Amino acid sequence: MAKYLQPEEIIWKLKSNFPGIRLGEEQDLIVKSEDLISIMTELKDNQEFSMDYLTNLTAVDYQEDFRLVYNLFSLTCGHSLMLKVVLLDRENPEVPSLSNLWAGAIWQEREVYDLMGINFTGFPDHPSRIFLDDDFEGYPLRKDFQWQGGRE
Amino acid sequence: MKTQTQTYSLNLGPQHPSTHGVFRIILELDGEFVVKATPVPGYLHRGIEKLAEARTYTQVIPYTDRMDYLAGMLMNWGYVMSVEKLMSLEIPERAEYIRVIVGELSRIASHMMSVGALGADLGALTAFTYTFRDREYVMDLLEMTSGSRMTFNYMRVGGVVKDFPPEFYPALKHFLSELPGMCDEYDGLLTGNEIFIARTKNIGIITPEMGINYSLSGPTIRGSGVNLDLRKTRPYSIYDRFDFQVPLGENGDCYDRFRLRIEEMRQSGKIIQQALEQIEEGPIMAKVPKIIKPPVGDVYTEIESSKGIYGSYLVSDGSTKPYRIHFRRPSFINLGYLGDLCKGWKLADVIAILGSIDIVLGEVDC
Amino acid sequence: MLESIFIEIADIIRYWFLDLGTPELLTEIILMLIKLSAILGFIIVNALWLVYMERKVAAYIQSRIGPIHTGPKGLLQTAADILKLMGKEIILPDGINRIIFILMPILIFVPPLMTWAVIPFGRDMTAVDIDMGVFYILAVGSLSTIIFWAAGWASNNKYSLIGGMRVVAQMVSYELPLVLGLLGVVMISGSLNLNQIVIAQDNVWFIFTQPIAFLIYLIAGISETNRAPFDLVEGESEIIAGPYTEYSGMGFALFFLAEYANMMVVSAVCTVMFLGGWLAPFGMDFIPSWVWFFLKMYFIIFLFMWIRWTYPRMRVDHLMAFGWKVLVPLSLANIFVTGACIYIFRGIGW
Repeated sequence: MAKYLQPEEIIWKLKSNFPGIRLGEEQDLIVKSEDLISIMTELKDNQEFSMDYLTNLTAVDYQEDFRLVYNLFSLTCGHSLMLKVVLLDRENPEVPSLSNLWAGAIWQEREVYDLMGINFTGFPDHPSRIFLDDDFEGYPLRKDFQWQGGRE
Repeated sequence: MKTQTQTYSLNLGPQHPSTHGVFRIILELDGEFVVKATPVPGYLHRGIEKLAEARTYTQVIPYTDRMDYLAGMLMNWGYVMSVEKLMSLEIPERAEYIRVIVGELSRIASHMMSVGALGADLGALTAFTYTFRDREYVMDLLEMTSGSRMTFNYMRVGGVVKDFPPEFYPALKHFLSELPGMCDEYDGLLTGNEIFIARTKNIGIITPEMGINYSLSGPTIRGSGVNLDLRKTRPYSIYDRFDFQVPLGENGDCYDRFRLRIEEMRQSGKIIQQALEQIEEGPIMAKVPKIIKPPVGDVYTEIESSKGIYGSYLVSDGSTKPYRIHFRRPSFINLGYLGDLCKGWKLADVIAILGSIDIVLGEVDC
Repeated sequence: MLESIFIEIADIIRYWFLDLGTPELLTEIILMLIKLSAILGFIIVNALWLVYMERKVAAYIQSRIGPIHTGPKGLLQTAADILKLMGKEIILPDGINRIIFILMPILIFVPPLMTWAVIPFGRDMTAVDIDMGVFYILAVGSLSTIIFWAAGWASNNKYSLIGGMRVVAQMVSYELPLVLGLLGVVMISGSLNLNQIVIAQDNVWFIFTQPIAFLIYLIAGISETNRAPFDLVEGESEIIAGPYTEYSGMGFALFFLAEYANMMVVSAVCTVMFLGGWLAPFGMDFIPSWVWFFLKMYFIIFLFMWIRWTYPRMRVDHLMAFGWKVLVPLSLANIFVTGACIYIFRGIGW
C-alpha cells in the first residue's frame, strides 16, 4: 500500500526507468520534456506514488531558458512533488500538454501560453489565449516584453 | 419522427447581474437547455504577476488582497508565507495566532458573501441582505485591526503590522456568540426551503473523480466528499493545534457545496474561539531586515483559502524584487470545469452552478 | 354617510347634468367616463403607493429601513422615481419592431383597467355591473400575456424573447387552475355576477367553504402577476429583465407600474371571490363597506409581498410540473368534491 514518500525516495524509485531525471536544488525533479508524459503517467497511475492531483502549473522565464513548474500532490498519501522542465529553445518553446492526464491542466496551460508564450502540444485546439485579446502581440510575462508605465 | 430545434447562442455577460463581476459565458442553447458553454475570463486581468516583478517584496502585499477581495487576509497570508519560507523565517507565536484569527474571520466573511450571493442568484434577495448585514460585523472587526474594510494589507513578511486593539476582544467575543445564530438563520431561510432544495439538489453534480481530475479545491471539491482541506491534510502555520472538523458533502451537487459553506463558518468560529483561548502576549514581528532580500532560489507554498488551495510560487534572484511570482488562484482553476459542468443543464441552472462554485473575478483574472 | 359617499357624489353629478337639461343617455355616458377616469387615477395612484409599500415591506423583511428621505417617511420616493424616469430618453434599439415596441407599454395598462370596471368596491359600487363578471375578468385578464409576449418579441433581444416565451408558457399553464379554482365558487354561489357572489357570502366566506380553491387561486394569481417565486419572466439573475430588458425611461416605468396594477386586480378578485368582498366581518357595519374591501385587498397584497421577499425563484420545468401535475388535478378534484357536496346538501334539503 502506498505511503508517504520524500522527494528523494520518489526520485530513487523513478531513476531505474528514467535515467534522464535529476534532483534540483529545491528538492525538485528536473525532467526532460520528451520524458514528461511518461513520467507523469507513471507518477499518476503507479499505486506506489499515486500523485493524482495536479495543483499548480506555471512557467518562469530565466532569460537563457524557460522552466516549466509542475506541482503534484497525492490525496491518498499526502506527499507532494515539484517537477521542472527546462526548455532551451527560446524561439519556439514547446512542451507536451498534460491535458489528457489532468483536465485541470487545460486552463493552467492556456494561462501559461497566454502570458509566457509556451506552446503545449498533443491536445486538440489547445492552447489558446485565455485572458488577453486573441490579437494581442507578445507575451507579457517574458522578461523581454516591452511595457509602458512600469516602475523601474 | 424526431423534431429538430435550432440552437442559438446567448451571450451571458460580461455585464450580467449574476456572473459576480465581469465574466462572460457564451452559451449554446437549445430552448432552455445548454448544449455548449464556453467561459471567457479575462475582463478583469490586471497583470498582477507582471506588476509584482517591478515591486519590492513588501510592495507586493497590497496587490495580493486585490485578488480575492472578499478574503483579503488569506491572500496576504499565502503570499507572505512563501517569502518567509524562502527566507526561512521563524514567525512569533502571537503573530501566527493573529493570522489564524483574521484569516478565519476573512473566511467567514467570504463564505457569508457566497451563501448570500447564491441566494440572490436564485431569487432570494432577502438571504443576500441577511448575510450582508452579518458580514458587516466581520468587516468592522477587521477594520479595527487593520484600518481597512476590504483591502487590508495587514500582514508583513515576518508577522503582522499591528496588534489587536483592546476593544477588539469584546467585539470578537460578541460576534462569536452571535455566529451560530446567524448560521441557523441562513439555514432556516434557505437550506430548508423547498424551492431552494429543488433548485440546487442534484444540480451540477461533480463526481469526486472529475473533481480531482480538474484540480478543483475548496468547498467545490469537498462538496463531492473529497477530504481535501490543507488545514487538516497538511497543516500549515499552527492549524494542528486546533480541534475542528472538515465538513464533507455526499452528492457533489450545488446544495452540498452551499451547505458546506455554512458548516465551515461554524467550524471557523470554533477555530477562532480556540485561538482566542490559546493566544499569549508576545512580539508580532520576527526579526526581519529592513530591506528584504531572500536568497536565490524558488519556493512553492499553499494555504487553504476560502475558495480552495491558494498557492504562491516565488522565484528570487537575490535582489529586492521578486524575479517571478505565480499565484495559484483557486477560483480560476475551479472555473476550468464550468464549461463541461454546465452541459445539459438549464439556463437557470447555469446561474446556480456558477453561484455554487463561488468565484471572485479579481482572483480568476488576477 | 361615509358608507354611500361615492354613490352620493355620483348622484350629485347625475342630477347636476340632468338639471342642465342633458339627455339621460348622454348623462349616463358622461358619468361612465367620469367613473372610468376615476378608476384610472385610482389605479395609478395606488400603484405608486404600492411600490412604496413594497419597498417598505421588503426593507422590513430584510432588516433595512427603506426609503426615508424623499417626502415624509419617504412617501414621495416613487413619485420622484417616476419623474426621473419620465425625464429619461426613450431608447429605441436597432432592429426592433418600432410600432409594437412603443405600443406595448401603453397597452399594458388596458387589461387591469378593464378588469377594475366590473369589480364591486363596496355596496352598490360597481362602475359596470355585468352578469358575466367572472367570465369577463378571466377573459380580459389573460390579455396581458399577449402584451408581454409581444413586448419581448418586438425587442429583438434574446433575453427578451426567452422572457416572452416563458410568459406564454407560464400563463397558459396557470390560467387553467385559476379558472378551475374559481369554478368552485361559481358553483356554490350559482352566479357569474360579482355582486351576487359577494352577497352569497353573507353567511360564510368562500375561503372557508372553498379553502383549496383559495390556495389554488392564490398560487395561480401570484404566477399571473409574475411575482416571486414565479417571476421567471423577469428573473433578473437569469434573463436580466425578460421582456423589459430593452425598455428604458417611461416605457420601463409603465411596465413596472403595470405589475402593481395587475397585482391589485388579482387581489381584488381574490377579495371578491373568497374574502366576502365588501361584506363586514363580525357585523362591524360601522366601518364603510368600501373600507373593508380595501383592507382585505391590501391584506392579500401584503401576503404577496411577504411571499416574494421570502422565497427563491422556481425553475421553468418545476413551474410547469407544479402547474400541470399538482394544481390542475387538484382544482379538478375540488370541482368534483364541490359538486358532490352541493348535490348531497340539496338532497338533505339545506
